Amino acid sequence: MINFDGVSKQYKNSNQPALDGINLNIEQGEFVFLVGQSGSGKSSLLRLLLKEEKPTSGTVTVDGINVAKLPNRKVPAFRRTMGIVFQDFRLLPGKTVFDNVAFGMEVIGKSKKEIKQRIPAILDLVGLDEKAHRLPSELSGGEQQRVALARAFVNQPKLLLADEPTGNLDPSTSVGIMKLLDRINRTGTTIVMATHDVAIVDQMRKRIVQMENGKIIRDQERGMYGHTGH
Amino acid sequence: MRLSFVSKEVGNGLRRNFTMTVALIVSVAVSLSLVGAALLLSAQVDRMKGYWYDKIEVSIFLCGNTSVAFTCTGTVTDEQRKNIESILGGLDSVQNVFYESSADAYDQFKEQFAGSAILANISPDALPASFRVKLDNPENFEKVSGALQSVQGVESIQDQRQLLDRFFQILKGLQSFALAIALAMLFVTVLLVMNTVRVAAFARRRETSIMRSVGASNWSIRLPFILEAAVAAIFGSTLATAGILASKYWLIDAKLAPNLTFIPFVTWNEVLTIVPMLYLVGVGTTVLAASVTLRRYLKG
Repeated sequence: MINFDGVSKQYKNSNQPALDGINLNIEQGEFVFLVGQSGSGKSSLLRLLLKEEKPTSGTVTVDGINVAKLPNRKVPAFRRTMGIVFQDFRLLPGKTVFDNVAFGMEVIGKSKKEIKQRIPAILDLVGLDEKAHRLPSELSGGEQQRVALARAFVNQPKLLLADEPTGNLDPSTSVGIMKLLDRINRTGTTIVMATHDVAIVDQMRKRIVQMENGKIIRDQERGMYGHTGH
Repeated sequence: MRLSFVSKEVGNGLRRNFTMTVALIVSVAVSLSLVGAALLLSAQVDRMKGYWYDKIEVSIFLCGNTSVAFTCTGTVTDEQRKNIESILGGLDSVQNVFYESSADAYDQFKEQFAGSAILANISPDALPASFRVKLDNPENFEKVSGALQSVQGVESIQDQRQLLDRFFQILKGLQSFALAIALAMLFVTVLLVMNTVRVAAFARRRETSIMRSVGASNWSIRLPFILEAAVAAIFGSTLATAGILASKYWLIDAKLAPNLTFIPFVTWNEVLTIVPMLYLVGVGTTVLAASVTLRRYLKG
């Protein structure tokens, strides 16, 4: 599904590479935690997957596509194959829960009928069917992240990228979000989640890729954050 | 991208950016009114030219007994006159020739200045005989004057068009002036569009970043902005059109035409052909400016 082959990324105004010879393979349906301190290269890695940046060297392949060689006009279609959630939710404040999720379908040209059919089901999945007509400001942080997740998953992407999705949430709310991500993962969606939430990583017991100074220093199945498992 | 979704976004965008939208509409309206005025003026000049050039003649004055031109040796002889007439007859551009003898000229002069003291000072042979020549096209004056200016018996050749041309030059100057102001206003409009779009793009960077991340095409991200600018331009063009039509109806038809009956004014047909041009210029300029700006501020 995802393959990094000797990928390095050097930003112009930095003397240290953000990514330094990354080799990483993620299979379809996997759930991978990307852990490490701020500045370790997690975000750069996600940005390369989204083609927001190009690698300085090496190749990034997503679902058989060489991301760096993807022409700009094909980027939108490429992004549709993946869903993204962020730490700050990125909901539109003027739109209701329903409209925020529908936005993800509207901008790629789905019909009104499809939207009407699909949204109740996805809101039910994230547990917000009762709050479809609330505005984001009327929701808790956890609920807002559920809306963001619903929007990311509404077009049933093969890959879901999550950048610190629990970063703004308290631990008990985070557990709910993680359960939801786990459910989405069980539908066959690959999930790559950047985080430094120790409790969650330890609890989930999923594959861990730990980064430091742009390098992968640990890649472990069913890992724990603090333990190297040796 | 469904139409209802786009139109909703466009409506929202225009409302949220209300003051800039109004500024844009007014700016488009003013600049297009000037473009329209310049076009109208040009149509007016063409119409007057067509009308008056049809009526103007070339006068070929023949020598009289007091003439001093080098082609004159006293009053024109019959032989010289016949020669001139045959030269005129041989020119392609000459449509018809009318001979006015010295006596005819005096009769006309008497009629025109009946009761005036000036008559007493003019003797019948003081007014020269002349050929009044009607050309197929007034532009061909040079051909006639070239053929006749050094022929014996011709004192001088006068082109009535020269008198008119001075007047048309004034109108042309006015027209260029209106066009220059129109261009300056269009430039201001372009800057205004760029700024409006930039502000709108900044205000909606959250939407656009979300649109991008869910895989909306560049076009569907840019389209609402471009349509907003286009809608404002259509409003502006409509105002300008209303202004042009109103000036035809209330100024030209109601005030000018009844009082200046010797001037042919632009017809409704000519006014109406200007209207689509106004819309084309207004919407075209705006859409182009918006697209260029978006290319810079909404990177895919």
